[in-house]
Amino acid sequence: MKLTLHIWRQKSPDDKGGFKTYHVDNLNRDMSFLEMLDVLNQQLIEKGEEPVAFENDCREGICGMCGMMINGLAHGGMKGSTTCQLPLRYFKDGAELTIEPWRSKAFPVLKDLIVDRSAFDRIIQAGGYISVNTGNAPDANSTLISRDTAELAMDYAECIGCGACVAACPNGAAMLFMSAKIAHFSLLPQGQVEADRRVKSMVQQMQQEAFGACTNYAECEVACPKEISISAIARMNHDYLKAFWPGKVVGGGKHVA
Amino acid sequence: MKLDAHIPSGPLEQKWTNYVEHVKLLSPANKRKHTVIIVGTGLAGASAAATMAELGYNVKSFCYQDSARRAHSIAAQGGINATKNYQNDGDSVWRLFYDTIKGGDFRGREANTYRLAELSSNIIDQCVAQGVPFAREYSGYLRNRSFGGALVSRTFYARGATGQQLLLGAYSALSRQVAAGKIELHPRTDMQDLVVVDGKARGIIVRNMLTGELEAYAADAVILATGGYVNVYYLSTNAMGSNATAAWRAYRRGAGFANPCYMQIHPTCIPHTGDYQSKLTLMSESLRNDGRIWVPRKKHDTRDPNSIPESERYYYLEEKYPAYGNMVPRDVASRNAKYMCDEGYGVGPTGRGVYLDLRDAIKRLGKDVIVERYGNLFDMYERITGENAYETPMRIYPAPHYSMGGLWVDYELMSTIPGLFVLGEANFSDHGANRLGASALMQGLADGYFIIPNTIGQYLAGIKSGDVTTDADEFKEAEDAVQKRLDKIMAVKGTKTVDTFHRELGKIMWDKVGMSRNEAGLKDAIKQIQELRAEFWDNVRVPGDQHNINQELEKAGRVADFLELGELIARDALARDESAGGHFREEHQTEGGEALRDDEHFQHVAVWEFTGEDSEPVRHIEPLEFERVTPTQRSYK
Ligand SMILES: Cc1cc2nc3c(=O)[nH]c(=O)nc-3n(C[C@H](O)[C@H](O)[C@H](O)COP(=O)(O)OP(=O)(O)OC[C@H]3O[C@@H](n4cnc5c(N)ncnc54)[C@H](O)[C@@H]3O)c2cc1C
Ligand code: FES
Repeated sequence: MKLTLHIWRQKSPDDKGGFKTYHVDNLNRDMSFLEMLDVLNQQLIEKGEEPVAFENDCREGICGMCGMMINGLAHGGMKGSTTCQLPLRYFKDGAELTIEPWRSKAFPVLKDLIVDRSAFDRIIQAGGYISVNTGNAPDANSTLISRDTAELAMDYAECIGCGACVAACPNGAAMLFMSAKIAHFSLLPQGQVEADRRVKSMVQQMQQEAFGACTNYAECEVACPKEISISAIARMNHDYLKAFWPGKVVGGGKHVA
Repeated sequence: MKLDAHIPSGPLEQKWTNYVEHVKLLSPANKRKHTVIIVGTGLAGASAAATMAELGYNVKSFCYQDSARRAHSIAAQGGINATKNYQNDGDSVWRLFYDTIKGGDFRGREANTYRLAELSSNIIDQCVAQGVPFAREYSGYLRNRSFGGALVSRTFYARGATGQQLLLGAYSALSRQVAAGKIELHPRTDMQDLVVVDGKARGIIVRNMLTGELEAYAADAVILATGGYVNVYYLSTNAMGSNATAAWRAYRRGAGFANPCYMQIHPTCIPHTGDYQSKLTLMSESLRNDGRIWVPRKKHDTRDPNSIPESERYYYLEEKYPAYGNMVPRDVASRNAKYMCDEGYGVGPTGRGVYLDLRDAIKRLGKDVIVERYGNLFDMYERITGENAYETPMRIYPAPHYSMGGLWVDYELMSTIPGLFVLGEANFSDHGANRLGASALMQGLADGYFIIPNTIGQYLAGIKSGDVTTDADEFKEAEDAVQKRLDKIMAVKGTKTVDTFHRELGKIMWDKVGMSRNEAGLKDAIKQIQELRAEFWDNVRVPGDQHNINQELEKAGRVADFLELGELIARDALARDESAGGHFREEHQTEGGEALRDDEHFQHVAVWEFTGEDSEPVRHIEPLEFERVTPTQRSYK
């Protein structure tokens, strides 16, 4: 099989960048999309050119490292798939594909298809945890969690932090990423104690980063390789409102009017 | 090289308790004065960083990915063992310990393995407290399943993404300490060398992967939690970037390398299809809970598997090992699959595959239950092969998966270089010659959450914090050496790509230092690897420049190290003139084709010492003494 690729090439963060066209043939339908890029890169190196820089590690759809826009769709648009899991048989022989990095102000391009997603780490640092020191834990079965609750929490916890939600959002919002973490914790009894503090400070951090606001396009849900539902966003909004509810006990036992 | 394992005295069951009760403690004020470098943010590194920061230490944490959350541990699928005995099926610390020692073919250290089993329950408690959404029963209690090499159900899991959930738990604990100012994060950094000052590990040299600058970091101790090196085979189940460089550089600085030849070839992976292939995908061992492994009874049978009647299916594991059946340990399952294919029973286009069939389980439990248990694995299988495994059995074949060997450590997890500690898959200590499923996650977290925070104080109590800085000559010397090596790689300007060399190395390793080995093949492999290494330094092509993101340069450094490590693996396999667990020497097998140990001559850990670029490494031994178990011929019949 054959493909024509228009790939975004950008040497460094301050380079303007632009598309370059490549033709690759003798491809195998069972190859993954990244293996196709490997083939292209081997050819480029043999010709003395610089290979296309793109990130990847696990190639199993779990580390969240890979990710690119393929014909305008995050991860190429195959339902529930990351770029590394996308098989070439998903495309027509002879297809023309435009390949770009995630496009979002909050994810500056570093080189070719590589972007800086460190804003995600900072959002987690703001509160994406349960504050339990090692050694404090009671027996694991001392708190029961219904199976449905655990399963639902797992649905949200499966986020791989790839950034497809941000890239797909016309506003460049990080709501699905952030709310998935908040929803995961707020469903579990262990996550209750810090729930208010968590949602407030994560939202605050998100606002300090260059993400846009959510206006319910729901493009994120379609793009998410883990098919995380936007019900996470509703849960987060609920928690956020609740966190400011009058009568809440805050630090030192003072009541907020 | 002095090899003292520092195993505490007293009965096996009391060793760790006694140790913890008598170990030197540092006051909170003194802990705050100490800085520790931790390379790696997988389960071992992230859990160590978080816990040590909680205790008050200052931690500098490094990883090569763009975020700590992406370490290779994220990919673990099946589960984590613990001796909770929630199933009331007779499990205990002793049983997990015994299964692990026996699974490792009596080539592991008793005291370390016992401690691992002892700490396993605490791990589950800790993870649940962090919000890890493990699978549950309708009653709200935690669920378990079984893994190979055990007759009890002691494996905890979170769908097919247990590693992800455990790692995100550790990553969240780490993130909390970043926010608290106790952990300084250095993602996108590639450790290139270890700095040893006055015989003690005092720092590292890293390459900033964005700018290409070399950076030096000093500390009071260095912890490596840099994972395994099974990518020496090129095709493996590991992440593309998993590498041996950190451990290998430490070896070259004087750390002993233990049992490099013990490699785990995992039985259930999607078979290899073509040269373009960049990695092999694991189908979790948990599938063996409900799946049955078979081949057609007729050789070279190309019929559609669904049309092969029951009487013509050979469930070879169930027939050969009636007690454990499909749940035999990995080395046994892998060797049997290879044997079946060698004999002409293999299936699929290449004839290198056996069926893993869930048909009967779907009939027994209903498709919904199977979807719930393994849905993501079936999806992954379909994406890669284009086949629906609910309707036609999966085809599987063994693939390189885990390295039991690694840097030698004592009971305190310290290497032969004082101040250099090694955790997780990067060390050699707990799995002997074959690791049981669901015990790597357990080991990584035991090392990081519970062991190193207790043992490192003993060492740090004798170190004056901050008396070595990056101004020391040794830092300059190491940085120059790293720079020279990078310049040398860039200067070759040859014609062959890094991947081509890696693929060629992988082929030598797989053919001659793979699932079954013999003297002539190993000698040949050593020669071929030496030739390939010479060719690499003469003809590799790395485009671009050093002062930018350069992924080919990153790979080249790793492959250069694999080209040295590959030879050491072959040497170790040659010197170990017995079969044990994953190390199978064709010269040493029982009549039934099982691994035949030679306890009289090889009941020891082999530890290799680097003696210089142009001289051969020296093999030392740490004898293995078994106080409580008696090594026997493993039987899973
Ligand atoms: C597909 C798959 C499934 C598995 N499933 C299971 C399972 O179900 N149960 C189980 O118990 N085990 C399983 N394992 C094994 C287990 O996942 C690993 O052994 C374990 O996660 C290793 O953890 P670690 O912390 O030692 O290292 P890793 O998670 O490999 O982390 C290594 C860290 O070191 C860093 N690093 C490495 N080199 C450098 C360098 N030069 N410079 C800077 N940083 C560096 C990396 O960035 C990373 O952060 C599985 C393995 C695979 C491949
Ligand atoms: S490479 Fe890990 S998710 Fe694609």
